[in-house]
Formats: sequence, structure tokens, C-alpha cells
Amino acid sequence: MAATSAPLGQRAEVMRIEGVDKVFNGDVVALKGLNLTVNSGDFISLLGPSGCGKSTALRLIADLIHPTRGRITWAGGQKAGDLGVVFQEPTLMPWATVAQNVWLPFRLRGKTYNSVKDEIIEALRLVGLDKFQNAYPRELSGGMKMRVSIARAMVTKPRLILMDEPFAALDEITRFRLNNDLLALKEKIGCTVIFVTHSVFESVFLSDRIVVMAARPGRVIRELTVDAPYPRDEVFRTSSDYAAYCRQASDALHEAMEGVAA
Amino acid sequence: MSIVEDNTAAAPDVDEDELRRRRARKFERIGKWVLPVLVMALALFAWDRLVVWNGIPHYILPGPWLVFSTLISDWPILFDALLVTLQITLMALAVAVIGGVGLAVLFTQSRWMEMSFYPYAVILQVTPVVAIAPLIFIYVDSRIAGLLLCAWLVAFFPVLSNTTLGLNSADHNLRDLFRIYGATRWQRLRYLQLPSALPYFLGGLRIAGGLSLIGAVVAEYVAGTGGIGSGLAFRILEAGYRLNIPRMFAALILIAVTGVVIFAGLSFISHMLLRKWHESALKREG
Ligand SMILES: Nc1ncnc2c1ncn2[C@@H]1O[C@H](COP(=O)(O)OP(=O)(O)OP(=O)(O)O)[C@@H](O)[C@H]1O
Ligand SMILES: [Mg+2]
Repeated sequence: MAATSAPLGQRAEVMRIEGVDKVFNGDVVALKGLNLTVNSGDFISLLGPSGCGKSTALRLIADLIHPTRGRITWAGGQKAGDLGVVFQEPTLMPWATVAQNVWLPFRLRGKTYNSVKDEIIEALRLVGLDKFQNAYPRELSGGMKMRVSIARAMVTKPRLILMDEPFAALDEITRFRLNNDLLALKEKIGCTVIFVTHSVFESVFLSDRIVVMAARPGRVIRELTVDAPYPRDEVFRTSSDYAAYCRQASDALHEAMEGVAA
Repeated sequence: MSIVEDNTAAAPDVDEDELRRRRARKFERIGKWVLPVLVMALALFAWDRLVVWNGIPHYILPGPWLVFSTLISDWPILFDALLVTLQITLMALAVAVIGGVGLAVLFTQSRWMEMSFYPYAVILQVTPVVAIAPLIFIYVDSRIAGLLLCAWLVAFFPVLSNTTLGLNSADHNLRDLFRIYGATRWQRLRYLQLPSALPYFLGGLRIAGGLSLIGAVVAEYVAGTGGIGSGLAFRILEAGYRLNIPRMFAALILIAVTGVVIFAGLSFISHMLLRKWHESALKREG
């Protein structure tokens, strides 16, 4: 499939969020006036303190909850199931093998295992787990389970992949490895990703756009562009550019937290 | 110096903890069988001596040998009775599984159904079956059907309540994932809720196995009539009237053994179904 994405300014629009508010129980304002345009090939990070509505934004995009005000529109209309999702936990079915877990999105569209076997094996190969197709989730380490979860999210080649702090529960070494692998994957299949994280370093390393959010009410306070070319690797991680972007994002995050008494 | 080297050469990876653990495991393995057998042997011995030393007549308390020989000599009668009781028990269990799982699925598919009928399932459960059974035998003509109904009443609730709990305890992120992928109700039930409910269902099944035996026995007591096709409980009643105490004991032992076998069988099935993936069936080190 097509590799590197078009330059930032020339990408086709995938989805647009316009003036979205989300109020829970009539008085908890989780999001206020959210605007975001997602373009094909973007890697967008939502960065912000706990409770600023990052997960709520993802749930709105996934159509699991509906906006109190404003709207979300998809270029070419929304198709059910045209999303991949990765949660903070791997969220695998413990009774099913690795391959059966990756089969799930196809299975729910009525596809038999054999008709999509090649895609499943290919997705597992891309995350380095093709040798483990017949293993059960309990036989895998935390990092490997997360890879299965990623394979499941991208096996259908969805228009957009949503990731909610997928690596937050992993140790730092595993997290770095998965960050590298995620970027390699993105290059290979050219997907569009919205990635939620608490980590400044992770967001800078991965994304070309960082949306910094503040809490109470949840809102966007800054959008940063990380204009460093992909593929990014350890060289980028140790470069002065990287350090400068981290400083910028970190400053924005501090600004986001200023209003809130620590 | 050389002593230290010898040590490491002899057992490189075995330390004191490991040795202690191995001893504990060996003890566990052997003790699990030997100790209960030992207790049984002691109890039988004490029973036997009690009877012999006190000269207790066999119509008050038969000794273990007499019970055992009665079990053999009365085997044709007792075995027929066992088959009858077993048949009722297994049929009741089967109907309990079908009814319990069916109702549980219905309840999770429709809140209306659950709100309307769940309270009555609870009422049926908390009313003692001995109190309902006489009524059942007034209105139900067929003896078998009456027995079955009684045993079912006792057995179905654990299946229903456990399966309902299981169907509702599917991981909420997986539920969201199914919604995102546009799964139908049926797909969600088939691929998510039923597998999630399996361990819960099997737990309920093991309880229901024992309860359906209890239900069958209680129902036989209440039904009372004998003749051909009477089960173990009736044989106990009948032997009691005739002061045939050894046979009472023999029948009692058969019922207990049947209960144990049912429980062990269901535990085995449960283990086989869950061994690949469920925590309860996994062997852990340490
Ligand atoms: N279903 C809900 N009902 C009521 N309030 C909710 C609900 N979901 C989220 N909230 C509230 O909305 C706010 C934003 O929550 P959200 O989970 O989106 O934050 P987050 O940025 O993902 O935080 P974290 O980094 O801790 O995951 C919080 O104050 C939370 O209490
Ligand atoms: Mg969150």
C-alpha cells in the first residue's frame, strides 16, 4: 500500500469536528468548543492533563457518545466500522487465539476466516507476531498483547485509527520499542491516527500535529506542528530539534495546567 | 573453596527455597489422596468397634461390613433404583441448563422480560421445594413429570443467576469495540457475551448438578408411591418402614457417591472447556 503521506498542507480531509461541546449529567462540562480537522495521513496527538476530555473526544469520534452541541462530519459520509481502536488495555478476547482476535473486525462484517486469512497473517507479521497466531492472550507479555491489539485495529485498513493511551501501562523500554514500531507501521500502511497521551516525549516523537488541551472545561489551548520528516528513529530522539519541540510542547502543557490548582 | 564449587556443580539452580517448595508440593500431591483415605479408614474402624464392643443390634446401627455386604446382596434392587434417581437427576439438570440459559439470554436481550419475570424466579427459588412438591403432585398426573418439575425448580436458579451475571460481565471496552464495529445483537451475544458467560455458567452448573440430585431425592420422598420405577429415596423410606437399616445405609451411600460423581464429572467438563484460557483452570508456578 501507499507509503509516505503527502506534506502537511496538501492532505485530503477525513473528518471535521466543529464547535463540539459535551456535557455529562447536565452539569459536567467535559469538552467546550472543540474544533479539529483531521486530514488523511495525519498523526495527531491529543496531549493534556487528566480529565481534560481526551477520552471523551475519542468516544465522540467513535460515535459511542453524541455531542451536546456542534457536529462531527466525515468526508464522504460515515461508514460503520471504518475505524480502528486501541485502548489503554489490550482488550483482547481471552478465549480466542491471537489470529481469531485479529479476525474480529472482519468477522463482524460477516467474513469467514479463510477469506481474510492473508490480511490477518500480514497484520500479525507487521507487528512481529506471525509466529504466535495460535497462542492465547494469556501466553503473551503486555507488550505483545498490545501489538495484537494494534494488529486488530489496522487489519481492515480503516480510514482512522484511534488510540487512547495505548502504551501508558508499559515499561519505558517496551514503550520506546512500540513507538518506533508504530511509526514504521504507519509508514508502511499510510494510516491516519489520533493518539491520546500524557507524555510530552511520546507525542513529539510520534506526531506531526500535537493538540494541547486544558481541563475544566476541557478545551484546546494550543496546536503545535512537529515538522520533522518521517521515518523518525533514535537519531531523531536524540536530536536538538526533538529537544526543542519537547520544550515547546512542555511549555504549552504547563500553560494548560496553570489554571488548575495543583 | 572446593566445597563451594562442589555445591554449585551438584545442583546449580536449586536453592533452599526451591527444595522446600518441592517437598511441599510432593506432600500436597500425596496428602490429597492419602489423608482422606486415612480418615475414612479410621472412621470405619471406629464405627465397626463401636458396634461390636457395645453389642448394638443391626436394626439400630449396622456395622460397616454388614452395610457393605447389603450393598452387594441388594445390588439388583438398589441399582435399578439408582438408575431411576439418576435419570430424573440428569433430565432435571438438562432442563435446568436449557431453561436457565434460555431465560438468562432472554433477560439480557430484553430489560422488559427481566423486569417482569426475574422477581418470580427469585420467589420460586426461595420457596422450599418440600413445600411446593405436594402441590405439584396434586396437579401433575405423570409421576415422572412431577419429579422432574421438582428437581428442575431447585436446579435452574443457579444456572439462571450465574449465566445472567456472566452475560452482563463482558469487558466494557470489548463491548465498545463491538459497537464501533457495528456488531448486531446476535453477533454480540454469540461472540462476546456467551463466551464471557461460560466460566460463570459452568460454576452455576456444578452447583445445579448437586441441587438436581437433592431435588430428585426430595421429590421422591414427597411423591412417596412405590412399585416399579421407584428411586433410591423411596428405597430408603421403604427400608425404614421395614427396619431394614443396613439397606438404608447402603442406599444412602449410593446417593452420596452419585452426588460426588456428578460433581466430579461437571468439574472435569468445566476444566476441559476452560483450560486453554481461563484463570481458574491455569496452573501457576509458586
Ligand atoms: N460518562 C461520564 N459521565 C460523567 N462524567 C464523565 C463521563 N465520562 C467522562 N466524564 C467526565 O468528563 C471529564 C473528562 O473525562 P475524560 O475521561 O475524557 O478525560 P481524559 O482527558 O481522558 O482523562 P485521563 O487522562 O485521566 O484519561 C472528566 O471530568 C470526567 O469526570
Ligand atoms: Mg482517558
